[in-house]
Amino acid sequence: MLTARTEQIPVRAQHDIVSVRQVVRSWCLNLGLGLVDLTKLVTAASEIARNTVEYGGGGTLVLEELRDGLRVGVRLVFEDQGPGIPDIERALTDGYSTGTGMGLGLGGTRRLVDDFDISSTPGAGTRVAITKWKTR
Amino acid sequence: MDHIPILRMGPVLLVSIQVDMHDQLALGLQDDLTNAITTHGAKGVLIDISAVSMVDSFMGRMLANIAGMARILDATTVVVGMQPAVAITLVELGLSLEGVRTALNVEKGMAHLQAIVASAGALPDSIDDADGAD
Repeated sequence: MLTARTEQIPVRAQHDIVSVRQVVRSWCLNLGLGLVDLTKLVTAASEIARNTVEYGGGGTLVLEELRDGLRVGVRLVFEDQGPGIPDIERALTDGYSTGTGMGLGLGGTRRLVDDFDISSTPGAGTRVAITKWKTR
Repeated sequence: MDHIPILRMGPVLLVSIQVDMHDQLALGLQDDLTNAITTHGAKGVLIDISAVSMVDSFMGRMLANIAGMARILDATTVVVGMQPAVAITLVELGLSLEGVRTALNVEKGMAHLQAIVASAGALPDSIDDADGAD
């Protein structure tokens, strides 16, 4: 698997969440993802970006265009240096929330993508990587 | 700060969301609509989201909140024009928008609201009928 292209954008304030949606949308259109896959990835990105801003104290998003043989995909890596998530399993459970969301951020987001990877170190930050492959 | 415009058509308030809303704009709309329902004594709220390409949990919660607050203020909310890809995504995300009435388009949503407004207006008459002449 190789990374054909990357782009980094800041995820620091509320208006960055809108920029994240717009950049992810334009990447998906560029790679020819279908409308449903595009909508799912943009929605997932919006959820994670909000977590990065609200709980992570801001961070960055790196977009990666993936090539694996004939497969084409997009990976979004969100990183922050915030307080971290003490209990990831619990945070992934539907209905769990400490903030103002609906309590289905992470668990629901995981269902929208093909691959979901989260790692967090209390006191050091959180990294969430989500991937969507183009359906042929 | 910018606002989403709210139009008034008789007892119904109309909102068409045409921009990619940031969270503060969504919260502002929630407040503005609640105030407008009280000020105008509106009986119905129609929210057109046909130009909205994505509804995440925050925006879903806003729609549910508007419907809930409107209901307490004796108004019915109908959300119209949801794109199919948005509906598919919402369900997979786990948001069912319970308590939010929906219709396929503005025309159907408006017909629905007008029926509700008409039946609410007809209520005192039907009580009169029960007392009287018939």
